[in-house]
Amino acid sequence: MVWPLPLIPQPNCMERMRTMAWLTQTLGSSIGKKVLMAVSGLSFIGFLAGHLAGNLTIYGGADAFNGYAEQLHALGPFLAVAEFGLLGLFAIHVLVGLVLFWQNFQARPVRYAVNKSPGGKTIGSATMPYTGVLILLFIIFHLSNFSRFFVDQSATTIYQIVSNAFANPVYVGLYVLAMLVVALHVSHGFWSLFQTLGLNHSKYMPAITVLGVVLSVVFALGFGFLPVYIAFMA
Amino acid sequence: MGSDTINITLKVWRQKNAADKGRFETIAVNDVDSHMSFLEMLDTANEKLILAGKDPIAFDNDCREGICGTCGCVVDGIPHGPNKAMTLCQLHMRKFADGDVIAVEPWRARAFKVLKDLMVDRGPLDKIIQAGGYVSVNTGSAPDANAIPIPMEVAEKAMDAAACIGCGACVATCPNASAMLFVSAKVSQLALLPQGKPEAAQRALSMVATMDALGFGNCTNHKACEAVCPKEVSIVNIARLNREFIKAGVTSEAEVDLPLALVPAAEKSAKPRAASPEAPKPAKPVAQSTSGGMVLTGSIYILTFLFVLGFIWQSLASFL
Repeated sequence: MVWPLPLIPQPNCMERMRTMAWLTQTLGSSIGKKVLMAVSGLSFIGFLAGHLAGNLTIYGGADAFNGYAEQLHALGPFLAVAEFGLLGLFAIHVLVGLVLFWQNFQARPVRYAVNKSPGGKTIGSATMPYTGVLILLFIIFHLSNFSRFFVDQSATTIYQIVSNAFANPVYVGLYVLAMLVVALHVSHGFWSLFQTLGLNHSKYMPAITVLGVVLSVVFALGFGFLPVYIAFMA
Repeated sequence: MGSDTINITLKVWRQKNAADKGRFETIAVNDVDSHMSFLEMLDTANEKLILAGKDPIAFDNDCREGICGTCGCVVDGIPHGPNKAMTLCQLHMRKFADGDVIAVEPWRARAFKVLKDLMVDRGPLDKIIQAGGYVSVNTGSAPDANAIPIPMEVAEKAMDAAACIGCGACVATCPNASAMLFVSAKVSQLALLPQGKPEAAQRALSMVATMDALGFGNCTNHKACEAVCPKEVSIVNIARLNREFIKAGVTSEAEVDLPLALVPAAEKSAKPRAASPEAPKPAKPVAQSTSGGMVLTGSIYILTFLFVLGFIWQSLASFL
């Protein structure tokens, strides 16, 4: 709080900081933290849809896929902005998620001896923090496999890198499993984010719930089938 | 209807006081009339304990007709037992079979201290109400019917929320020990009606801040609360609370007004009203959790900032 003040000479600087308290108070509350999770989560759903649409060019063959990657990289600064945004949202989603997990763990210091679900809970909802951590590990693994920040793409095309990776059946298995985990995460996350944002309406909620399940199936099949296709059919 | 008397075994939580660690005790209860309520079964077990010169099982109860919200413990892992939309006093022993072993535990949450055996302190729910679960207008005498027109479906929604008896089963069953269903019912019953609208923003902010300060968990939309609620309060109310809170946080100028007992000790000593002898003692864990929350929020911002900064540096380096 102290160090930026001499660097940014502004009158009423402290007053400004104080008046921003409403924002930290709103976002730092239990509902605020969930709003952060919901908004970042919705962005990831959008990202996954875009990512899946792009990846489907793999079915068009090596040229189509490499062309798609080139077009994406040709966006230059725009791509960078999108990446910063995604990374920022990702940091928020992971950090706030971990804080929520820790606080919720602490909220019941003495556990029940007998646990029985009265209904309501699903596998997706009960495993959210665990699938979340698995997805985090997967994304680190995924970026280290294919990202231009970690893999030199000047000599080889992205299609070669991808097909080399999926020549290994262990990679195929890991990727398919990871997509099932993503599907589980989305199956609870999608309807849950609307509930958190207060968008629960008797006319739309049934459709949102169904859409969440449809989306998780689409992501599981859409992404999950790609490594299998490359490994055995391409 | 089968046999009228059954023999059961209770595995019941015994704890002398809040400081005691507590443990399960196995108590055989024979010749239980299957038309007894669960609480009457506990009464008969207690009579036998008293005759044997032992300490009876302490449990909360009052009206025994399912409307007061005083009773409740976790029976075989489910608050208020296996019946849906029913308080513990309305659960009958005919639900159980001869020879059953029944586990009975108190509500478990950091915010609810176990006082003795199955009794917990649900005072934190009262503190949330103190923070804003009321309208501060002089209501005077009963107004003329239809002086304030309220559509039927709105009145029904408000009434459905007002059905909450504050028993705490939602907190007890929530995997996160969150009180969101309770708070949402108390916010909704007022926010839906014209009398509650003027203070809606202040109410949502203060009640949520109080709930957070008392150490309840964060709702993650499991819907378990809705499933055990003896009054079947819907999670649609939680969505309404989220709406009310976001609206209040972003658009209103209302400020959080914590009940005096929850104001951190440092701020309180600065206020003259805190000097009065009857002012409640500053709640220590609350002051800690508030500053802990600030540290957590602060570190989230700092880490996010560093993360983004590092990435910008990385990718600039790769571009140049």
